[in-house]
Amino acid sequence: MDNITILVDAPILLVQLLLDGLLAGAIFALAAYGMALVWGVMNIINVSQGEYVMLGGFVAVLLAEAGIHPMLGVPLAALLLYLLGWLIYRLVIFRIVDRDLFISLLATFGISILLQQLANQMFGADVRTAEGELGTSFLFDGMVTIANIKLAAALIAVLTGGALWLFLKKSRLGQAIRATAQNARAARIMGIDTDRVYATTFALNAAICGAAGALVAMTWIIHPYFGLVYTIRSFMIVVVAGLGNLLGVIAAGLGLGAAENFAGFVLGVEYQAAFVFTLLVVILLARNLLLGRKRQYLK
Amino acid sequence: MNRAPVYEYLLITGIGVAALLIPWLLPNFITQFTFLWVMVVFALTWDLLGGQMGYNSFGNVLFFGIGAYACAVVQRDSGLDYFTALALGLLCAALLSTAVSALLGAGVLGMRGHYFAICTLGLGVAAGEIAGGWEYLGAGSGMVTPQYPGGIGERDLFYYFLSLTITGTGFFTLRRLYQGRFGLAINAIRDDEDKAEAMGLHTTRYKTVAWCVAAFFLALTGGAVGNLIGFIDPRDVAFSGATFGVWMILMAILGGKGTIWGPVLGAAVFHLTQELFWNFLFGWQRVALGALIVLIVVFFPQGILGWVRETWPQRFGQHVDTDRQGGEETR
Repeated sequence: MDNITILVDAPILLVQLLLDGLLAGAIFALAAYGMALVWGVMNIINVSQGEYVMLGGFVAVLLAEAGIHPMLGVPLAALLLYLLGWLIYRLVIFRIVDRDLFISLLATFGISILLQQLANQMFGADVRTAEGELGTSFLFDGMVTIANIKLAAALIAVLTGGALWLFLKKSRLGQAIRATAQNARAARIMGIDTDRVYATTFALNAAICGAAGALVAMTWIIHPYFGLVYTIRSFMIVVVAGLGNLLGVIAAGLGLGAAENFAGFVLGVEYQAAFVFTLLVVILLARNLLLGRKRQYLK
Repeated sequence: MNRAPVYEYLLITGIGVAALLIPWLLPNFITQFTFLWVMVVFALTWDLLGGQMGYNSFGNVLFFGIGAYACAVVQRDSGLDYFTALALGLLCAALLSTAVSALLGAGVLGMRGHYFAICTLGLGVAAGEIAGGWEYLGAGSGMVTPQYPGGIGERDLFYYFLSLTITGTGFFTLRRLYQGRFGLAINAIRDDEDKAEAMGLHTTRYKTVAWCVAAFFLALTGGAVGNLIGFIDPRDVAFSGATFGVWMILMAILGGKGTIWGPVLGAAVFHLTQELFWNFLFGWQRVALGALIVLIVVFFPQGILGWVRETWPQRFGQHVDTDRQGGEETR
């Protein structure tokens, strides 16, 4: 608990932690938006969500190691992951869209293990990062430092999320996706090719996660086994925010980023992952209690 | 209560006799067979929730890990001689694990579907992460269990019979439970929980008891396996979601979930395949594991026993109406 005294002595550190956390949270929100999309449209909880983030990160890392600025990895990762998402849909997911939730959960869980272990075999289990130095900004007379790359990453996350929102609102395909989410059967009757909608949704989700992953690789670290944490973070954000609630997803994402950063500082970095998973359990228990209260009220 | 057919008793006797003779018939493979019994417990306890009750837990490995650590801590700190400490350790492991499952069960088992699955996944990983940072439990470097006082051969034999005992007890307990009111109740929960509740079943109580039974046997196995391996790593042995945690699910589905023999069969098939072919994969085992899960879940979700039952329904006491076109089943 020594770290709390440090916080009390140097309150400016709070600002530092908060800013770092919020910048991370923007990226969490991006990945969570993808999960909400797949959940809402296809009614599948995609447990392999975090693995797309991880793979997107490796795209950026490999680019950086080849001497190309990882910022270019963001569109490239999105493109490659779009193709991968499409492939996975065509191979596996289309067989499980209409089946019960147990099958879709386990199948995506299997995909997640497959991708994670493949990445481990191909890239090694080392912790990697994509070097993309852009300098550092100073606030409050140099008391608070912010790596410009983190600012840029958060900005890209916001822009990508905005573009996605526009796409869903305005484009014809986006409208088809939203129609399918509302009522797949009615959408089919109205002539929407739901199979194509599902494929696009799943691939789009993978692409978003890939972009998020490239941003993560630039600002923090990646290694093959960190996918699950991102899946859990996305799930948590969606559960708190609710499906189809973009503002909620953003707020929950930023909140989670900040909370995690504070917890990581106070409890020590080795407990940060434990904090995420414990928070998940707590949130689900709280949600359950609230639902239980509602049910009793109806009685 | 359904009376079991004669061949089932023959099968149990046959397996029992074989199990008792194996240490002398195949002395070189005794460790593999010890792990086979452990796998059977894994699959059976997972199936108790996943198959019979329809609650797919991704984090049952939590109780295995709690058992392994509790047993090892008692052995380390009690200062008794080896066997007394082990017995006490196993007892504490089982009690602690059951208590944890009862406490968690009241909250966690109120969740349905996705939420339960993801929550248990989180529980399993969180436990591993916490154990990996907790100095009392050796943190990331894990714990070493005490040295067995006798020779290697005697040690193997001891742990073989220990795990056989746990497996046997677990099997007969579950079999007895499934034959009675309890089995009917948890099957009702699987088929339609709201209706079961409306019929007056205290569903949360049944669910919690089922989880406690699973936790009890998993903890015993955890204590035994911790000593068998001799070393408890927080993420790779005790709370190893990527190996034991996944295997449980895979074995139960492979054999046929919702039956008593399915998980046993699945465990045997999976363990045999693993021992025979795994080494040829040169480090790609876990990739293959992921692919195997996807293949089994997508193309073969009914499992071996489920497939047999679909193919020869008459053998399972189901009357097949051959007059109707397509041979619709009637029970």
